[in-house]
Amino acid sequence: MATNLLLSIAWTHVSTRVRQTLVGMFGVAMGVGFTIMMAGLMQGSQIDFLRQLVDTMPHVTVDDERRSVPVQPADQEYAAVAMSNVANVNRRPGIRYPDTVMASLRSWLPGDVAPSVKTTAIVDHGGGKVGVTLTGIDPRLEVRVSKLATQMIEGQLTDLSKAANGIIIGQALAEKLALKNGNTVLLGGGEGTQISATVVGIFRSGLKRVDEGQIYSLIGLAQTLMGQNGIINQLRIRLSDPLVAQKVATQVEAQTGYKSVSWQEANSDLLSTFATRDLIVLTVMGAMLLTSSFATYNIISTITHEKRHDIAIMKSLGMREYSVRRIFIIESMMMGSVGILFGWALGYLLCYAWSQITIFNPLTGATVPLQIYYSPMHYIASGAISILCCAVAAFFPARKATRVHPVEIIRGAS
Amino acid sequence: MTEVALQTVGLVRRVQGVISHTLVDGIDLSVAKGEFLAITGPSGSGKSSLLYLLGLLDAPTEGEVIICGQATSKLSEIERADVRLTKCGFVFQFHFLLPEFTALENVLLPMRAAGLMSAKDMHERAMALLTSLGLGEQAAKRPNQLSGGQRQRVALARALANRPEIIVADEPTGNLDTASTEQVFGILRDIADNGQTVVVVTHDAALAARADRRIHIVDGKIHETTFGGHAKPEIAAASGAAIASS
Repeated sequence: MATNLLLSIAWTHVSTRVRQTLVGMFGVAMGVGFTIMMAGLMQGSQIDFLRQLVDTMPHVTVDDERRSVPVQPADQEYAAVAMSNVANVNRRPGIRYPDTVMASLRSWLPGDVAPSVKTTAIVDHGGGKVGVTLTGIDPRLEVRVSKLATQMIEGQLTDLSKAANGIIIGQALAEKLALKNGNTVLLGGGEGTQISATVVGIFRSGLKRVDEGQIYSLIGLAQTLMGQNGIINQLRIRLSDPLVAQKVATQVEAQTGYKSVSWQEANSDLLSTFATRDLIVLTVMGAMLLTSSFATYNIISTITHEKRHDIAIMKSLGMREYSVRRIFIIESMMMGSVGILFGWALGYLLCYAWSQITIFNPLTGATVPLQIYYSPMHYIASGAISILCCAVAAFFPARKATRVHPVEIIRGAS
Repeated sequence: MTEVALQTVGLVRRVQGVISHTLVDGIDLSVAKGEFLAITGPSGSGKSSLLYLLGLLDAPTEGEVIICGQATSKLSEIERADVRLTKCGFVFQFHFLLPEFTALENVLLPMRAAGLMSAKDMHERAMALLTSLGLGEQAAKRPNQLSGGQRQRVALARALANRPEIIVADEPTGNLDTASTEQVFGILRDIADNGQTVVVVTHDAALAARADRRIHIVDGKIHETTFGGHAKPEIAAASGAAIASS
């Protein structure tokens, strides 16, 4: 059956039923528009959060640990003898030959690597004490593996070298302990070491737990606080593509033997929550599009009921049942297509309107504009799902109407 | 020798329900090419049911309908639709024109559905049909802008669009005034005279008398067959011969 005939009949039906067509289009437009808005909002907030997370932390962290306890030498030597309560061999802390390891990694890594010393410390200022993670860094290499330099709101990374025992602290910690640039604090190390240090810079990452619980110094100060001169206990890797971190971490671990943790693994709980949230959001968006297709279902039901004489006559003239059915599916898709175009415009406008709103983010402790993610995928997916819903919504009433025997209608009219 | 356009063999149409009812009861009929056959009978006698079976709108419970030599009882619904599209033209008591389409578009509909001609040829044929039926000026009008007689003539033009072998008309003048009735019947007569077979169900005995042959149906059976005064002898012979042979 000529498709342009079916198109012509379908177009005549929708163009002569303006009110019904507009209602159907409005339903689709609302569904598509709000779906795009929701997708933009949800993915925008998620991506913004992940971006901050990824920017703040190294993409892969290599620690001086093994993923599992190594086999004890005694077990290796005396396999036939059962030995219990054998004391663990106390391996020397730190990564062995860090410069060699780094050079080897740099030969293939799609990014860069920098050494650091990670330890815990207590910052004591004016009677206030806060436990923090102290990371000893090399300012020249740090710029290659973190965005700390761009997160500085006071001072610079290189200021660490300009003052004796200089430290860089987060904005939240500074506010908590009423610290300012140039203030002196007492750093307490795990081995009972106490060192007087000077605040030479303040950073703001956007993540409150980092801004309050993380401080930086030169590698030497961290080693002194640990009581382990010359130690490097962490290598931090930054990749050109953060999404390959898991693969790289596996390769690094296989090469070095040290536990390598990607940012995805370090935040697996959070990512799992995101996955659940994504599923919920997809379900809600699907439900919205499905609900909007009910308007189409109702309209096609009404049209097929009103057009039962036309259906009968078209069938009696020799038009095949599925061709007649296609007319109503095409009508629905015509309404849907125009509705989708309006829905896209509505979705864009809603996203734009939301992006103008600023809200207080309890996670980052800052008032920021709502982050919207504009993606062509949102438009394509919402359009495709919506047109599919329209076709399905039209199929059932059209099938029911076209299954009626034309003689029943013709006799009824006589 | 005159060809047989339409033939039925032991045609039965029964409807099942709480009480089973036989609408058409073993009709053997043969209609020659170019014959004008009128089917008459009281209400509920089964004449429309017979017409729907002849036009393949309905399927028989038993028996066979043979259209232009093609047995149809084993055809699928799609094949039956194709036969209706190319070999049968329908006219009903109500015009059943598509209300949103103009007279021209309604006439074009079967041709576009068949897709056997170019757009230009279809348009030319539709206009020629409308003009021949005195509707050339009304081609751009929609059904609600036409009189009852004009609508029925548009329906006739639509039925003729694909040059069908058989025109099947169910009370085509049932809703028309005397003048329009005369006009429509005259057109049907002309169609038959031009070689197409016309089968008409009518209550109007005077009109039926102008057909080549009239069959009177009672209780689903042919009660009486009458040949019209101006029936062509070869048609009468062919019909009679076909009946005799079946």
